[in-house]
Amino acid sequence: MALQSLDIVRRSATTLPEPEVRRAHTGEVAKLIDVTKCIGCKACQVACMEWNDLRDEIGTCTGHYDNPADLSDQSWTLMRFTEYENPKGDLEWLIRKDGCMHCADPGCLKACPAPGAIVQYANGIVDFHEENCIGCGYCIAGCPFNIPRISKNDRKAYKCTLCSDRVSVGLEPACVKTCPTGAIVFGTKDDMKQHAAERIEDLKSRGFDNAGLYDPAGVGGTHVMYVLHHADQPQLYANLPDQPKISAMVGLWKGATKPLALFAIVATALAGFLHYIGIGANETSEADEAEARREIEDMS
Amino acid sequence: MSPPIPERKRDEIVRYAPSTRINHWIVAISFVLLALSGLALFHPALFWLTNLFGGGTWTRILHPFIGLVVIVAFFLLGAKMWGDNRLEDRDWRWLKRFRDVAADREENVPEVGRYNAGQKLIFWVIVVCLPLLLLSGIVIWRSYFAAYFPIEMIRLGGLVHGFVAFVLILAIVIHIYAAIWVRGSVRAMTRGTVSYGWAWKHHRLWFRDAVKGNAPPK
Repeated sequence: MALQSLDIVRRSATTLPEPEVRRAHTGEVAKLIDVTKCIGCKACQVACMEWNDLRDEIGTCTGHYDNPADLSDQSWTLMRFTEYENPKGDLEWLIRKDGCMHCADPGCLKACPAPGAIVQYANGIVDFHEENCIGCGYCIAGCPFNIPRISKNDRKAYKCTLCSDRVSVGLEPACVKTCPTGAIVFGTKDDMKQHAAERIEDLKSRGFDNAGLYDPAGVGGTHVMYVLHHADQPQLYANLPDQPKISAMVGLWKGATKPLALFAIVATALAGFLHYIGIGANETSEADEAEARREIEDMS
Repeated sequence: MSPPIPERKRDEIVRYAPSTRINHWIVAISFVLLALSGLALFHPALFWLTNLFGGGTWTRILHPFIGLVVIVAFFLLGAKMWGDNRLEDRDWRWLKRFRDVAADREENVPEVGRYNAGQKLIFWVIVVCLPLLLLSGIVIWRSYFAAYFPIEMIRLGGLVHGFVAFVLILAIVIHIYAAIWVRGSVRAMTRGTVSYGWAWKHHRLWFRDAVKGNAPPK
């Protein structure tokens, strides 16, 4: 949804800059998810459903705690549970709230061919504007985190909006509001980093030497960050990518090659036109007709 | 006694049979629609082309089905033309004289059969590109097939689809220009006929076979 109170800094499939006088001078926003404080209650999933008016289909038990089994057009956030046996032989229950990471350099936006279907606001939120979405699914190929989902009904792409509608009127996202342990907090990115640093210090003092912040530089940093007890092994947390970046293939497919290819097509057509101007039409002359008739007469 | 040949037919050779002409124009029209709808999603500067198809979403829906029409129609056309497009020694000699070809000095160019080396190369570019576009297109066809492929393959599919389409569009731009430049070629594909002089100048080996009745229209 286009929100006047949020300034758009990037739109998918556009070649000119957006109006950029107004900026987020008070800082970009971020949601910090402290995995070490999460108890897996799924209240964030419920709050997300309620605020966004989403109701996923009732699924079936797949033998683990993830419910629903995967993100969908109706489930924009999902607790992913991992049972990890650490080197000491102890069980660690790692619960990661999965959903859009709101990358500073969004692969979905880069891959999208529909103008304005994906936008990035000045505060860092990456939002899908479904009224412009054509349903091609290229955002799925662009995303390094496997987040966008296409609706089976309207064939449009959906994902977490970071409650851009709430944020635009000064509220925190629904999942943040509801989290009973304070594992999810929201504020400016700088504040969230500072808060994370305090948490990490605390975790280190409790023996989690590798505790750290997940704010991957490969996508320019993210506006959803994690505090992890094992920041050196993010893949432990239901395959959170270690060093996510937009695939080189997407970069090639969507990068400088496109204007070059377009230029080459136009240049080829233009070369034909200039050739025609220079050489003139290749016509069959009367002499050619006469030669042809002579050959036929010689044959008979 | 056979009836007299009508005057206007006297100096003409039928180059393309009606079925070939119809087939060619089905391929041609659907390919133009395919290229326009594809280019619309290829670069933002061309997104306005989606208006020709009823908007972005309709373009996304229609493009792959138009592609299937091209594949099927070209398969029939290509099967007919396959044998006459085999590259031979004289084709390489023709290509070496390409400067003379481009300068309309065909007297310096080796004699040509039903198709010249340039036409044959275009044919083989199409024959290679279309299956690649079909396969990569299926991989990125989100509504029906993409979910069955791993993400890395979809990314590769998008890249291959864009690149191969670029090559094919270049080839077709050249094909269209050649048909406009060499006067009489468009008539061959619309009315089916060429003049003796046209056949003699551009396809002399085929001309000799045709007037002897050894190269019926295809």
